[in-house]
Amino acid sequence: MSSLSATVQNIFNEPGCAKNGSKSEAERKKGCTKLLQPGSAAGGCAFDGAKIALQPFTDVAHLVHGPIACEGNSWDNRGAASSGSNLWRTAFTTDMNETDIVFGGERRLWKAIKEIVDKHDPPAIFVYQTCVPAMIGDDVNAVCKAASQRFGKPVIPINSPGFVGSKNLGNKLAGEALLEHVIGTREPDRTTPYDINLIGEYNLSGELWQVKPSLDELGIRILSCISGDAKYREVASSHRARAAMLVCSKAMINVARKMEERYGIPFFEGSFYGVQDSSDSLRQIARLLVERGAPQDLLGRTDAVIAREEARAWAAIEPYKSRFKGKKALLITGGVKSWSVVAALQEAGLELVGTSVKKSTREDKERIKELMGQDAHMIEDMSPREMYEMLKGAKADIMLSGGKSQFVALKATTPWLDINQERCHGYMGYVGMIKLVEEIDKSLSNPMWEQVRRPAPWEALARAKLHMQSPAAEIACEPALAETARRARKICHCNTVDLGTIEDAIYAHGLRSVEEVKEHTDAVGGCCKRRIEDILVPSPSAMLQAAE
Amino acid sequence: MALTTVPTKACAVNPLKMSQPIGGAFAFMGLRGAMPLLHGSQGCTSFGLTLFVRHFKEVVPLQTTAMSEVATVLGGYENLEQAILNIYNRAKPKIVGICSTGITETNGDDVDAYLKLIRNKHRQLAKLPLVYVSTPDFKGAFQDGWEKAVTRIVELLVEGPNVNGLRDPSRVNVLPGCHLTPGDLDELRAILEDFGLRPSFLPDLAASLDGHIPDEFTSTTIGGIGVDEIASMGRAGWTIAIGAQMRRAAEVMQAKSGVPFRLFERLCGLGPCDEFMTFVSEISGRPVPPKYRRQRGQLTDAMLDAHFHIGGRRLAIAAEPDLLYDLSSMLHEMGAQVRAAVTTTQSAVIERIKTNEVLIGDLEDLEELARTENCDLLITHSHGRQAAARLKIPFYRAGFPMFDRLGAGHQLSIGYRGTRDLIFDIANLVIADREENHPPTPDRWRAPVALPSRSGHLSSIGAAERSTA
Repeated sequence: MSSLSATVQNIFNEPGCAKNGSKSEAERKKGCTKLLQPGSAAGGCAFDGAKIALQPFTDVAHLVHGPIACEGNSWDNRGAASSGSNLWRTAFTTDMNETDIVFGGERRLWKAIKEIVDKHDPPAIFVYQTCVPAMIGDDVNAVCKAASQRFGKPVIPINSPGFVGSKNLGNKLAGEALLEHVIGTREPDRTTPYDINLIGEYNLSGELWQVKPSLDELGIRILSCISGDAKYREVASSHRARAAMLVCSKAMINVARKMEERYGIPFFEGSFYGVQDSSDSLRQIARLLVERGAPQDLLGRTDAVIAREEARAWAAIEPYKSRFKGKKALLITGGVKSWSVVAALQEAGLELVGTSVKKSTREDKERIKELMGQDAHMIEDMSPREMYEMLKGAKADIMLSGGKSQFVALKATTPWLDINQERCHGYMGYVGMIKLVEEIDKSLSNPMWEQVRRPAPWEALARAKLHMQSPAAEIACEPALAETARRARKICHCNTVDLGTIEDAIYAHGLRSVEEVKEHTDAVGGCCKRRIEDILVPSPSAMLQAAE
Repeated sequence: MALTTVPTKACAVNPLKMSQPIGGAFAFMGLRGAMPLLHGSQGCTSFGLTLFVRHFKEVVPLQTTAMSEVATVLGGYENLEQAILNIYNRAKPKIVGICSTGITETNGDDVDAYLKLIRNKHRQLAKLPLVYVSTPDFKGAFQDGWEKAVTRIVELLVEGPNVNGLRDPSRVNVLPGCHLTPGDLDELRAILEDFGLRPSFLPDLAASLDGHIPDEFTSTTIGGIGVDEIASMGRAGWTIAIGAQMRRAAEVMQAKSGVPFRLFERLCGLGPCDEFMTFVSEISGRPVPPKYRRQRGQLTDAMLDAHFHIGGRRLAIAAEPDLLYDLSSMLHEMGAQVRAAVTTTQSAVIERIKTNEVLIGDLEDLEELARTENCDLLITHSHGRQAAARLKIPFYRAGFPMFDRLGAGHQLSIGYRGTRDLIFDIANLVIADREENHPPTPDRWRAPVALPSRSGHLSSIGAAERSTA
């Protein structure tokens, strides 16, 4: 059994990874994990990555060996879906206390495993090693080995203390654990020439089931999915598949490549995001299966299904073209999604103002250029502040990203759509892409945006008030003052008679003519004759007539 | 008087508890321009961050010293130094709150000493308050982290009284426990202001995590109590501490500045609210405003209306000690029986909880107890949803985290108004459950032989129905 650091070195030396392959020997040893910057790092640790990769195993008990932080703060936070057992949703942790730190946590771990076996008797138990027990030297491998023998069922150590590196590394460590302890340990009940493995698909929001009908129709069987909706038995016997698809992310490339090496299962890297990608992936699956001996007609049948589904998808997306005209989208996501979604969005009439390429490979970037033109705006790294400025400045009408940046968009009162792990909708396959377009439309056209962007009325009032610091403006704001000012207006300049005096006289005596006004006031009736006439016009009778 | 039991099982299943460091970090989030920093590996922060974001649906500032394997072996000095400098340069914080984690505590990092070295080396940090709290993951729980952080803030940042010892009687300090939501704080603030008092909340989550759109984008907290205001808290007339967890902080405040304190262990329920109003009326020298006299009337009326539905309920509740004590006491006073009570950590209030036994345990314990005790109402944080679904009983979400419903930050459970709304919410939940899941059937009153395990449950529902009729 190799040490953890040897495993990590081994992972970094991944020939299947194009990015890694182009590096020098020394660089390769450092791996793809950038040294984390204290004080400006974000994202999960290796334990997080391992747990994410394996938790979708639905019938397995996932036991986290560590203090409460590792599981207590994080459990029940994944939206993977299961078609059977729900054991994966139960959190198990040794919740190590001070005594365990001093005397070692192996005893507690052993007892915890026993308790799980007694209560749930799952087909297997995955034991996750975290930082603190790793530091104090708890030998998880040994405890698991002993427990496997004692309880007669697989108890599998997942060596993934958080401090060894990032989430991505954790995904790979999880893969190594599967390769070492799970894959190839059972035989499937039966095999067919149409058996495939999906690797790196976690069935979030049940997305896998958006693709499964197409595969079912073609007679292609998912022998195992690692690890979306996975059952322990299926993955243990996954080495009998004829072909494999590495879904979307290179996070588990070590599993795909080593399965090819050990069991001769050819694989390709594909994605079910986007219409063309879905078609490409289906074709690739069919091609690989035929190469491995499946009947030739699979290719033709696949093409037929693709043609039908594509036509359906484009027809469904078509109506949105006019609605999306002139709308700009910003895509902040990783890996293949940085381009695989682009095509569909463009097809729907959206303009892409940028896509992030932080986690993309060189090929990914080439594809982006192909789709978005040579001067495609590829975003290497964007700080939340820059993102906020961009959205606030309306340089994009909608942002598609993962949950972490959602509030950057929402606080800039810009539509946002989750296309990463925490989302509530599945966006995979043809139906998924239609759903994505629907969701974008729902978000963009929500009447709420217009309301939330409107400034509070008092802000406009405050601005206006600031402009009107003059005495006249102050008077205008006060009805009583305004009335006094109005009545103080001089009508007859010669004798300085004001409007108020004349109005009062007209009201008190029921005056009808300039002559009468002259009698009752000091007004001269010379130059001011016209002005007095104006006042007399809306006489009570005239107003009555107007009212009638 | 409740007995505290600690289970002997080795494996915690479906944890109720969350870790100390994020409780500490949470307290720092109530300070303006603050950046909480966890001294540990990246995941320690990432998990906490996700949890806060899911609960509040807000931007949450939280940073990490990103301890690597090598750094863990060599000690975390350099990581801490770099983290502080990075935060200082990028986020321009007004204060940095540092919490240790399991790995740096196991390692034995002497953070206090590190901070001295860092200050000596980097003169530009002279005016930046750096508050360090020791919060190992393997001890205590969320509430303990909060409690320690607030106490530490008082110790380090509150200045002594003026030379002449004069205090401003119209100012009050409020030290709220972590079980109070931003909505609760706003309610408290309104009450105190209605008495002509000027409250300073430490920490003040209301302005930082109450879900509003800030004018500008900042990577630190967007609101909360300022460092200057904290410094001047020693000149207030009174300190009001809420929740037993805040006793230490209030005592430290008194020792440091001479400000007397009054601790309110509860603010939910008629009695506790009356006590609070009386006290505030006394210290402010003003009568209780008519608004609250009316609200009191509304609460008593709500209690009359709701007792049919809450009375006799067999309650299963799990929460951090102060929240558990607060809610379970109120419901006990409404006639519910607390049949299963689970909490996370030791506390003085546990023995006063109106039940036979309080377990320091997890949600599996709660579920088992609820099943054997035939409980028909479950209250805990969102993680209890699976248990409630399996038990098929109504579920009220209370506490942190509440990630599967909106508006967690505005949930109100204190004051006459808050208690009234809470009582209505719970009663309505019970009514809806009865209508949706327990329609009368011909089998309903058959001999318990047919349904041996559910007989107690059924008779209790029957009783409730008769009383409504």
